[in-house]
Formats: sequence, C-alpha cells, structure tokens
Amino acid sequence: MELTAVLIIPPFASALSLSPFGRHLAAPITFVSAISLFLLALSVAATVAQTGHIEALHGTLACDGLGALVLMLVALVATTAALFSWGYIRIRSLEEGPRKEQRYYGLYNLFVASLVAVPILANVALMWVAVELTTLFSAFLVAFENTPAALEAAWKYVMLTTLGAVLALLGFLMLYWGTRIAGSETFTWVSLVDAAPHVPPALLWPAFLLILVGFGTKVGLVPMHTWLPDAHSQAPASICALLSGVETMTVLYVILRLFPVVGGAPALDARPWFVGFGLLSVAVASLLLVYARDFKRMFAFSTVEHMGIILVAAGLGGTEAHLAAAYQMTGHAIAKSFCFFAAGVIATRFRTQQIESVRGLLLAAPASALALAAGAFAIAGAPPFAIFVSEFLIFKAGIASGQYLVTGLLAFFVAIAFCAVMFHVNRMTFSQPPSDEPIPAAPLSCALAIAFAAIPLVLFGIYIPGPLRNLLRAAAAAMGG
Amino acid sequence: MMSAQFPILSALDALTGALFLLTAIGILATRQVLASLQLFIAQSLLLTLSAVLLGIALKSPHLFAVAAITICTKTVMIPWILRRTVSAEVYRTREIQRVLNIPSSLLIAAILIIIAHALMSPLVAAVKVPFAQINLPLGLAAMFLGTFTVVARREAVPQLLGLLALENGVFFAGVAIVPSLPVIAELAAAVDVPVVVLVIGLLTRQIRQVVGMTAVGLLASLREE
Repeated sequence: MELTAVLIIPPFASALSLSPFGRHLAAPITFVSAISLFLLALSVAATVAQTGHIEALHGTLACDGLGALVLMLVALVATTAALFSWGYIRIRSLEEGPRKEQRYYGLYNLFVASLVAVPILANVALMWVAVELTTLFSAFLVAFENTPAALEAAWKYVMLTTLGAVLALLGFLMLYWGTRIAGSETFTWVSLVDAAPHVPPALLWPAFLLILVGFGTKVGLVPMHTWLPDAHSQAPASICALLSGVETMTVLYVILRLFPVVGGAPALDARPWFVGFGLLSVAVASLLLVYARDFKRMFAFSTVEHMGIILVAAGLGGTEAHLAAAYQMTGHAIAKSFCFFAAGVIATRFRTQQIESVRGLLLAAPASALALAAGAFAIAGAPPFAIFVSEFLIFKAGIASGQYLVTGLLAFFVAIAFCAVMFHVNRMTFSQPPSDEPIPAAPLSCALAIAFAAIPLVLFGIYIPGPLRNLLRAAAAAMGG
Repeated sequence: MMSAQFPILSALDALTGALFLLTAIGILATRQVLASLQLFIAQSLLLTLSAVLLGIALKSPHLFAVAAITICTKTVMIPWILRRTVSAEVYRTREIQRVLNIPSSLLIAAILIIIAHALMSPLVAAVKVPFAQINLPLGLAAMFLGTFTVVARREAVPQLLGLLALENGVFFAGVAIVPSLPVIAELAAAVDVPVVVLVIGLLTRQIRQVVGMTAVGLLASLREE
C-alpha cells in the first residue's frame, strides 16, 4: 500500500505543478508531496526493519533492507531539497517568471519519482528503465541556468550516462538470458540471486562487467567520472544535493545488488573488481580534491571519493564491512546534500563559486560559515559525524579480515581527501574579508532547509535510533553478508 | 551446430547481420549528417528484419512485437522528432568536424570488430543457442562502432546517431538471447528511446540558441586547470 503511494504521489505532484494551480503554488505543492513521500518511506522502512521485506501490487513492487534504506534517503533529501528550492529557485528565475519555475518543479517531481522507483521496482528490466529516466528527467534541471557552461555540463551528463546505461542494458539482457537458462520464470533480484549458481559463468561474468562499467559511469567511478564534476557543479544547488547525495547512490545500489548475484556463482569473485574500481576512484578523487578551485566542484569530487569508499567496503566482504557500507551510504546522503545547501547559499550571496574569491566568511556571513564548516567536517569524516564512525568501521573490518594493503591504501587516500577539504574550507572561512560591503541575506527557505538537514547530520554521528540500526543490518544482509 | 536446424533462416540472418554491421560502419564514416540519419534508418530496418527472421524460426510472438516497436519508434518517430527539434542540423549542415580522419576511423573500426568477435567466442561456445553465434558478435561489434562514433564526432546530431547505433547493436544481440522479454519491459524500452532523442534534440537546440554552435566536442570550458 505505502509502496504504491510512493510511486503515485510524485508524478501527481508534477502534473499539479504544471497545471494552472502551479503558477503560484508549485513550490508548496512540491514540498507537501515530498513530506508525504518521506513519511511513507519512513513507514516502509519501519516495516522492513521489523520484517525484512515488504511488497505490493502482487509483487510488482518489493523492497528489502537495502532498497528501503535507499528509498528513505532519497525521500529525505527530496524533502530538504524541495524546501531549499522554494526561495532559491524563485530568486534564480526572477527574470524568466513563473513559467520557468513551474517547469522546474514539474521536472523536479518527475526526477524524484524516477529515483524512488529504482529501489522499489521488483522487475530488473523495469528498474533499468527507471535508472535511464533519472538521467532524462534531470537533464534540463542540470541545464536550468541556461548558461553555456550549464549546457555543456548537461550535454556531457546525458551523453555519457546514457551511453553507460545502454552498455548496462546488454548486461541485463544477458542476466535475463541466464535466469531463463537456470529455469526461472521471473526476472527479479530475488530470482537472480537464486538462479546465479546455475547460470554459466561465461555468461554471468561479461554481464557483470558490462553493468559495472555501464552503471559505474553514472555512479562516477574513475575513469568514467569525467562528466560528474561538471554536472554537479553547474546544476542549481538543490539539484546538486539530489544528484550528488542520492542519484549516484541509487545507481550504486544497483551495482551493490550484483554482489550477492556474482557471489552465488562458485567460479567467480567480484570482490577484486569492487576493491579495484573503488580504490582507484578514492585515489584519483583525493588528488583532484587537492587542486579544486571551485567549491561546488570540490564537493562533487568528494562524491566520487565516497562512492569509491562504499564500493571498497562492499568489496572487503563480511557482515561488518557491509554494515559499515550501509552506514556510509546514510552518512553520505545526509552530509553531501547539506554541503550543497551551504555551498548554494554561499554561491548565491557572494555571486561566485571560486574558492579564491570567498574570504573571511566567518566575519562576513557567520551562519553560512558555520554551515559550510559543519558540512565540510561531516563530509571529510571528522568526529563526531556519522562518516567518521562508518569510515572507522570500514578500516576496522578491513584489518580484522587481514586485508592490510587495501585498508592501508584506503586510509591513506581518505586522509589526503580530509586534509584537502579542510584546507580549502579553512581558507574560505577564516582570514580577513576583502571588503566591508553588505552581503545579501539568504532566502528564509534555504536557512530552514539547512536547519532541518542539520538534525540528522548532527544526530546520526552520536546516536543511531534502534529501528535505523535494524534497517542497516537488513541492508547489510541484502548485500550478502 | 544449431544453424543446421534452420539452414535458410540462418543464412538470411547472417546476410542481415553483415549488412547491419556495414550500416554501423557507414554511420561512423559518412560525411553528411543526413546520410548518417538515413543509414541509421536502414540499420533499424535490418534490426527489424533480423527480429522477424528469428521470430519465424523460434516461433516467438515477442520478437514480432519487438519488430513492430522498432519500426514505429526508430524509422518513424525518431526522424520526426529530429525534424521537429534540430532540422537545421540534420537537413542543412554538412558535417566536417571530426576528431579523426576517415581512413584512421575505418582502421580502428576493423580492429574493434575483430575484438568483438574475440570477446564473444567463449560465450558463444559455452551457450549453444540458435542464432546467437551470428547475432551476439555482430551486435557487440555494432555497439563498439556506435561508442566509437560518439567519441570520434564533434557535432551533436552525429554523436546522437552514434548513441542510437549503439542501442541498435544491443537489441541486435538481444533478440537472439532474450526471445521472451516481458511485454511491459519491451514497451518501456520502446518509450525510452524516443524520449532520449527528444531530450538530446531539445538540448541541442538550446545549445545552438545560447552558444551559437552545435559542435559539442569543442565545448571545453569545464575542466581541471
């Protein structure tokens, strides 16, 4: 029941935003829709935390621990980003008028609809279509500013991620062929895991690689990451929060789903590929972070880094590492969306995204400075935030399972990334402001969105509620360990 | 071998596949945008033909549905959408912007086709399915050529046609290995392709309005210093 409503509400809100009602009410409609989506997602998550599984419409929609976790995080960020959009998009579309605003909310709700569809659609082929739709619905949101740079970013985003998705499609067709050979009638994640031991490895292996490389493009894994810093720095901040915080993670979720599938085939081992791609992404992203000039771009590189960390954690194997990976996903979604809200406010108030051009933030704009510093500490992995705990758990799991080299390299590059983010944010926050000119205030809705987003940011590092703990366990179990 | 089972249909399918690959090479190497589009339409017709041949051989109504959907979307809807969104790019410009010259492109294409055959031979040997030994290597080769087209072209519409050729390659391989995909998935995939073309077409139009050109390969304001 809840799952059906989750799929229906956002398209409905989209239609309403584009209708004449939306002329003045598109923002509140979107916000109310997002809040109801979040409440439904919480109810789904609570059910799954207790029973481990939920389904609707005769099994067309289904959700286990991992799916419920992703669904909940998408709905959470969709809510805060909708609140943030309210004031932010209004001042960004003053010249073009309400039509542009309506189009934004129409696409925003469709984008959210495609994001929530990925973790709850049971049929794997339909899930592929949902992933493809996330790109198509968000393309014009990335190009929202209509500048040459934004259009360039949107072009690279659509072209490369669609190319990746089409490569992945052949992988999924091969998986379907495999389930038919194994005698299974349906094509769901559950039937795939069951069929995996009976699928010829000569078929399963190329399918896995096609999906890893194809969808890895959309996750932003190095070396297919080149579009990501462009799209995630040129889109409006509310969209960056969704792209960086949850869209990449939603596609990573699909790749993580393959882990137990490949693990079921006795002759194959996916772990070296997970660890290899993950470590490469963390290494390259940490070095790019050092040279970042644009602070939104900096947070985009940090997303590449975090996707790599989650992939390495999954590749380490074992319950502890998978639990840490699920926790890292939670921490990333919350902290990264918060960072982009702070960055969006600063970019609007100072009219620049260059790190060099923002100086003396603490004196010029104390509240924004506090938000930026808190976000940077949280995303870089400083205590007392959630990512500190999850990264610590990943290192611990790596050492406990005797994978010293991987753990050591991961810790080394994470430390570089930490120092790089701290260095840049430190330069922006402290030092003297260049002039005494008054800076325009941030819109009220942006301040409220940051305040709301700060609650889980601060809370989940020091305290994990019981149901969330159960949900993380269920998510780790769905990853196969 | 399985081909002994359907001697005439196999021979026809092999001929279709050879022509399919030729159109993929044509999309990569032709100088004119309009010729590129016409080659893509020809390629889609060959994909349809292969689906029909396999549908007859395997007695699969699903493959006839794939054939019908392919005809509707790829030979009717896509050219129509392109005409509505980017007619200037398709019907008036002569494409000269490309990263590599035609002889080197063709050389790389030949290498890619050989690699595709080498990659698919263990799979074809392991899983004996009628027609897979024709459609899988040729489909993968067309995918490689489509990807290479996206890389080698600088103009927006030829890049898009490369992407569509890649997609055709996936389905050329797909008709042999999944003769019974659920109908809803077929329909969803069918809706997906025209939407891709619509989004990319509208984006191209916006790029022309704002930037003044559609040589997207030359857009390079966003990069690491």
